[in-house]
Amino acid sequence: MNPLELTGARPGEAFTVAFDGRPLRALPGQTVAAALWTAGVTSWRSTRGAGRPRGVFCGIGVCFDCLVTVNGSPNQRACLVPVRPGDVIRTQEGTGRDDG
Amino acid sequence: MTTAERPRLAVVGAGPAGLAGALAAAARGVQVTLVDAADQPGGQFYRQPAPGLGARRPQALHHQWRTFERLRDGLERHRAAGLITHLADHHVWCVEREPGSGALSVHALRGPAQEQGVTVRADAVLLATGGYERVLPFPGWTLPGVVTAGGAQAMLKGGLALPGRTAVVAGTGPLLLPVATGLAAAGVRVAALVESADPAALLPRARALAARPGKLAEGAGYAARLLRYGVRVLPRHTVLEAHGTDRLEAVTLASLGRNGRTRPGSARRIACDTLAVGHGMLPHTDLAGTLGCTLSGTDVRVDDEQRTDVPGVWAAGETTGVGGAALALAEGHIAGRSVAARLGGTAPDPRRWAAAARARARQRAFFAALDAVYAPPAAWADAVPDDTVVCRCEEVTAGAVRTAAGPLGASDPRAVKLLTRAGMGWCQGRVCAPAVAALTGCPLVPERRPFARPVPLGVLAALPEPPPG
Repeated sequence: MNPLELTGARPGEAFTVAFDGRPLRALPGQTVAAALWTAGVTSWRSTRGAGRPRGVFCGIGVCFDCLVTVNGSPNQRACLVPVRPGDVIRTQEGTGRDDG
Repeated sequence: MTTAERPRLAVVGAGPAGLAGALAAAARGVQVTLVDAADQPGGQFYRQPAPGLGARRPQALHHQWRTFERLRDGLERHRAAGLITHLADHHVWCVEREPGSGALSVHALRGPAQEQGVTVRADAVLLATGGYERVLPFPGWTLPGVVTAGGAQAMLKGGLALPGRTAVVAGTGPLLLPVATGLAAAGVRVAALVESADPAALLPRARALAARPGKLAEGAGYAARLLRYGVRVLPRHTVLEAHGTDRLEAVTLASLGRNGRTRPGSARRIACDTLAVGHGMLPHTDLAGTLGCTLSGTDVRVDDEQRTDVPGVWAAGETTGVGGAALALAEGHIAGRSVAARLGGTAPDPRRWAAAARARARQRAFFAALDAVYAPPAAWADAVPDDTVVCRCEEVTAGAVRTAAGPLGASDPRAVKLLTRAGMGWCQGRVCAPAVAALTGCPLVPERRPFARPVPLGVLAALPEPPPG
């Protein structure tokens, strides 16, 4: 069983996005975080201080742990931002100011 | 009555409380604008997969789906009739009340990028802003793969996404049950459900429980499903540590003694790639706080009509005290009826909502009983090691907070923040506040946050000038 089977989902056509230079498959309607989780990726930020990896924590836009750089814009909450065909998603390093 | 003549209500939040309030008010001739951050109504409780995912059975991830269908159909009817305007994907950052006229302005940011400002004006506001999960720190809780229990559920309900293959669900509170069964139903191996409280302690509080036979049946239903999925339930246990280098690989559990401390020699390690953890819920009270509404502890204080002590401002649901969806529905309904009467210039007759008032009283008593049982272990703050990060945004350790509160003399979380930056980061202390308060030896008091979310300077600059005087 998986969540798609459980809910009888018939998603729209999958598309490709790039994560740190490698292609990933994503489904329409998913957030950036959901697409990354589905591809087996759980971290996409390194912290400003200790450079530690982070990913989803609260999942509802409260904690800001899942910040990511999407199409050159850093500090996007991956759990809120919908994934779009051709998105270029990059691990956010620190403040993300050098990710653009 | 034409649209222009009807009194206007802005409802902030389209979860159970907001929907119930919007429907009750619209049915009584109020022109309602429902402002909500999500792209579909339902809030966190009735979060659904995005339309693009084509889920034909979203109810497989929910219970009480029928209730939601009724709310959704009611919303559609009122929308078609022009009585409710639903502003989805609108993120409210402030509600202002003009002191003279009492007119209310709801300021929101539109779109996923939250860069475009929108202002909704109204004669009354219903705050139905819901809540979020409290998570207390422990070593390894910042590792990827450690998520809040509600977060794991939200990602599953909304994105049909799973964080891994083998999960431990841990912490305390009734939310852990649907999270464990939901993950198991979706194909995750749930290695253990670790609850620090002893749910058997609910039995002496049988009076509040006996009033809620439906809730007992719900609990029994979860127990049967946990058994069916082979989930081991470990009451009076806690997660001591999450292990891994760049992501979660295992957790160490231990059993708790009567004093709330771990039993020596009881620690054991369980391999897992996911830890879904939570220690109860906290209300979102930022908007109410900025409006000047009096809070009682962490909750917005309301009267029997769900009115706050600021004229024109009502509140319902988790923001007035965490108590679940059924309580939120009752409170929202009462609020909507009260708004309709008050904006029409009459005092409402509470006998008209007697059934909702009884449901509200029962649910509040039931959650008070749950609250007394599902509490974190008494000594949890003492057990946090000095090198554990407490403030996830600013990477401030428990040791730094203790130093600020001890040798440096900080006597409250605000002083600790100034000395350590704990609570100064992106989340504005929403995540770390319970831990910082406990480590400082203070009760948890909601911080005043004039902006409920980050606002671009351009949006602020574009706001109209306030009237003179």
